[in-house]
Amino acid sequence: MSKRNFAAVVFFLVIAVFFFFSALMMHPFGVPEKADMDDEIIKGAQIETGTNNGVTSVVFDYRGFDTLGEATILFTAVAGVIMVFRRLKQ
Amino acid sequence: MSEMSKIVRTISSISFPLIIIYGLYIISHGHLTPGGGFQGGAVVASGCAMILVAYGSIWTIGKMKEKNLSLLESIGAICFILLAIFGLGFGAVFFNNFLVGSDFLFGTIPSAGSTIANINTGGVIPLMNFAVGIKVIAGLFAIVLVMAHASSTMEEKK
Repeated sequence: MSKRNFAAVVFFLVIAVFFFFSALMMHPFGVPEKADMDDEIIKGAQIETGTNNGVTSVVFDYRGFDTLGEATILFTAVAGVIMVFRRLKQ
Repeated sequence: MSEMSKIVRTISSISFPLIIIYGLYIISHGHLTPGGGFQGGAVVASGCAMILVAYGSIWTIGKMKEKNLSLLESIGAICFILLAIFGLGFGAVFFNNFLVGSDFLFGTIPSAGSTIANINTGGVIPLMNFAVGIKVIAGLFAIVLVMAHASSTMEEKK
């Protein structure tokens, strides 16, 4: 076994041990440790934002900045693709 | 990309309006039913991509210029950011839902619990859905159209 392969195996084992212990330390599914924000949104979404769809009220109202970021990513992607392929057309 | 057979073209032009109506329904009912601007926009853009595949990129770029699509996308982005800045102006903070509770548009507040869906609710959320929907339709279709047109011009060169 070459030195490079040995280093790769050691690296893989270390990462695998870390993943194994982090999987053991996860808290059970469906039992969040801090549920204050969830309860607040579920209770207040319909009255505060007036929407029947709670997910949209989170995406466009409570976490509007996140949607702004998504829109920016889409805009950048479109601008990049159009720039690259306009060069190719000529 | 050249155009496909007559069967494919006929079927896609029959199902195209239905796909468009379904996508616009998802966008306009984003505050009532699952979905929203991104999802409905992706549905409409998929319908446009189907037309592009069936009819070929040269026919499609004659009908819809990529310049107009990028203009439409910028209009959607500007509307979205302007609505957020209006929240700063009329309300208290950036992205404030200033229309909810007002008598102007989309102002009704539903009673808590499961209620009958009323389209006149949600404040600025339906308007933001429209803005993001326009943006996603134009953006995704512009990407597909530009790529298809570039590949067809490369084929011609060979």
